[in-house]
Amino acid sequence: MSDLKTQIIAQLNLQDTKPEDIGDDQPLFVDGLGLDSIDALELIVLLQQQYRIKLSNAEDGPKVFYSVRTMAEYITAHQVQNN
Amino acid sequence: MSGAIEQRIIKKILKTDIYITANCIISNNLVYKNEALVFENKGLVLPDFLISVYRYFKWQYPKFHKMDNLCKLGWLANEVLLQGSFEKAKYKPEDIGLVLSNTNASLDTDIKYYETTKTMASPALFVYTLPNIVIGEISIRHYFKGENAFFVFAGFNAGFIEQYVSNLINNNILQCCICGWVDVLNNDFNATLFLIEKEKSADSVNFTKENLNKIYQLQNG
Repeated sequence: MSDLKTQIIAQLNLQDTKPEDIGDDQPLFVDGLGLDSIDALELIVLLQQQYRIKLSNAEDGPKVFYSVRTMAEYITAHQVQNN
Repeated sequence: MSGAIEQRIIKKILKTDIYITANCIISNNLVYKNEALVFENKGLVLPDFLISVYRYFKWQYPKFHKMDNLCKLGWLANEVLLQGSFEKAKYKPEDIGLVLSNTNASLDTDIKYYETTKTMASPALFVYTLPNIVIGEISIRHYFKGENAFFVFAGFNAGFIEQYVSNLINNNILQCCICGWVDVLNNDFNATLFLIEKEKSADSVNFTKENLNKIYQLQNG
């Protein structure tokens, strides 16, 4: 999950944030890390560029991008499917 | 007396005195506030220079890092411009507006965005492919809700700025206006912003095209 946090920081240009500042279960949007709708699109790009995973159903977005842990779980599950 | 002539005379009588109460120039890796040098960091490329200005003044605004270079430059120039003497509480949000201009529109980011479309288009860059986004970023930061406009000219057009902003203030559409020039293309950049108000301050000068040009030429001549 540490690598994923580093990738999120780079993709979203969160220059004043360190990986350890992001809790595994901390919400990424609104009251958590404060990400916005453009950041959500960038997270989709991150999944495609880094992991070749396409978010098949847009309605899954809020669940998948709820926290670093939910993202990591989604990546793990879909990488297995891709392999 | 015809209605039109009467209107013109009334307008002339009611014409308000308007002043440039502050100015900020960021150019050649130097930052000036009211013609005094407040920061310099020579030898850095634009993105690094902009971050160095942000860090020097210790502002805390995480969204700054997500902005494109045009927005970062305009945002920083506006922060320096308003720092200190500006009394925002005097105005309603609807009374403060922005009129900005430049020569390269959003071309600096347009080119970067175009490059990303060859592999995977970047949503974060796409949202900055309009020059007036810099006005939005400044307005969000300070809750300004007044009239705003962004114009593209071949060069700094003091006459137009004087006429356009005077019209907004004389007709009570705005009580205060941040106006000027914010331009970026690759490593060439220049921001020259003016704070325009009705009340005179200690160092204010009359809002005329001659004074706009004089201030602009000081560091950009």
